[in-house]
Amino acid sequence: MLCQICGKNPATVHFTEIHDNKMSEIHVCERCAEEKGMAASASQHKFEIADLLAGMVDAMTRTDEERVGHVQCPRCGLQYSSFKETGRLGCSECYTAFQFQLRPLLRRIHGDTRHRGKTPAHGSAGAERSRQIQRLHDDLQRAVEREEFEKAAQVRDEIRKLEAELQAERAATPSVERPS
Amino acid sequence: MSATPRDFAQLFDTTSPWLTGSGPHSEMVLSTRIRLARNLSEVPFTHRAREEQLYGVLASVSAAAQNSHSFHDGLLLRMNECTPIERQVLVERHLVSHELGDGARPRGILVAPDQRLSLMINEEDHLRLQSLTPGFQLAEAWSLSDRADDELNQSLEFAFSEEIGYLTSCPTNAGTGLRASVLIHLPALVLLEEIQRVLKSIMQVGLNVRGLYGEHSEVMGNLFQISNQTTLGRSERDSIDSLERVTRQIIETEERARERMLRDARVQIEDKVWRAYGTLRYCRSIHAREVINLCSAVRLGVAMELPGLCPLRTLNELLVLTQPAHLQRIHGAELSPADRNIVRAQLVRERLAAADHETGTNP
Repeated sequence: MLCQICGKNPATVHFTEIHDNKMSEIHVCERCAEEKGMAASASQHKFEIADLLAGMVDAMTRTDEERVGHVQCPRCGLQYSSFKETGRLGCSECYTAFQFQLRPLLRRIHGDTRHRGKTPAHGSAGAERSRQIQRLHDDLQRAVEREEFEKAAQVRDEIRKLEAELQAERAATPSVERPS
Repeated sequence: MSATPRDFAQLFDTTSPWLTGSGPHSEMVLSTRIRLARNLSEVPFTHRAREEQLYGVLASVSAAAQNSHSFHDGLLLRMNECTPIERQVLVERHLVSHELGDGARPRGILVAPDQRLSLMINEEDHLRLQSLTPGFQLAEAWSLSDRADDELNQSLEFAFSEEIGYLTSCPTNAGTGLRASVLIHLPALVLLEEIQRVLKSIMQVGLNVRGLYGEHSEVMGNLFQISNQTTLGRSERDSIDSLERVTRQIIETEERARERMLRDARVQIEDKVWRAYGTLRYCRSIHAREVINLCSAVRLGVAMELPGLCPLRTLNELLVLTQPAHLQRIHGAELSPADRNIVRAQLVRERLAAADHETGTNP
């Protein structure tokens, strides 16, 4: 077998790569393998994700984009078309500026568009408590799905306790929205 | 635990914790990694930011980190002050990514004193917080990262939205910004040609499989990196739990495959292990890839508790020390690929002889 890169020397190095969840075998000669090196093998593929993503964005949001027209982030000036090429957003504001285009993309990548993980630690105590309650609700659902009813009952009690505390806190905190 | 490295040279001379061969299931799981991607809300993402903005990020993030409990007294290395070989050494140790390791922009890496935690600054995202622990210990790795993230957040304002979560340069990381992964050795599944089926089922449950050096790297030495694929719509705990469950199943499947393999072909397997060990012990010129593949056979022998082989730690260290940049740094000069093979063979022989000496074995 000849090297798949230079096509001249016999292929003596065989390796397996995983791309897009598919395993493929590559056969190259010692020299080409050495020249490409390990570091090079990663950098030469660097733009492939962007290409893939760009292709995906294109397929998914063509109609959206036609509807929305020419979009640009007001803060960093990134053009939506440029994101399509690189697969990289320019700043945190891009998520708002391109929200209509990004939503189907996020759904396609993650199967969801809503964050359910941790939130910045310096948020208010009340906000943290509501997120904790949200997490417990997730736990509750999981416990019920697994038919772990004893655990479900415990989690439910914990939720009730936290909700009561949250209400008590809100009642104790004077607020502009709340007529005193 | 060794003293905090003060500079690159001291860092180079200490063994990274993930290579120590300790931790749960360390005969099969080399390391567990948790990475969190974060950005500062006020600065454009790294590739869109101006040079002086990136200097600002480097300064404010490293100051915030050095004031945190997790990174206090850590070692900051600026990429533009490192030589190309030093940068590549950091890549080979899994401390920095290829992206961070190849640029002259204001980028840096902060390594915590115990070296399990590190923080890449101005990679694709402003912050890439990473915990890298030996063996299979997702809970421990998560708690290290989670705590350090909270501490950094005390003084840094991260880009975050209630709906999408942590905002990252690439939308594939948005949400939790979490990548949890285990580096696992699956020789029996490969040998029995069952690996394709296993990989397929791993991918079906939404996990991703890669080679030793991450994204797009080749699979060598039967080492696979398994990680979560998605970051939005699931909590960190959910993602980690599912990786934990799947990894446990893979460990069991591999164990069963090893039992079958040994029942049917014990002599052939032992022969393969000892021939691999013999080649490593007496070679005079050897390619990095061959070292990794032979170490895989020896690792299997160690897991089978064959007496007279080297400890896991030696195998793990060889995996990294025989990479091109490590080799050239040890040698103190640049080497052509052919010369590298000779120097590499010498290093492998010496390390194995030293391990023999330590354990008092004489095969």
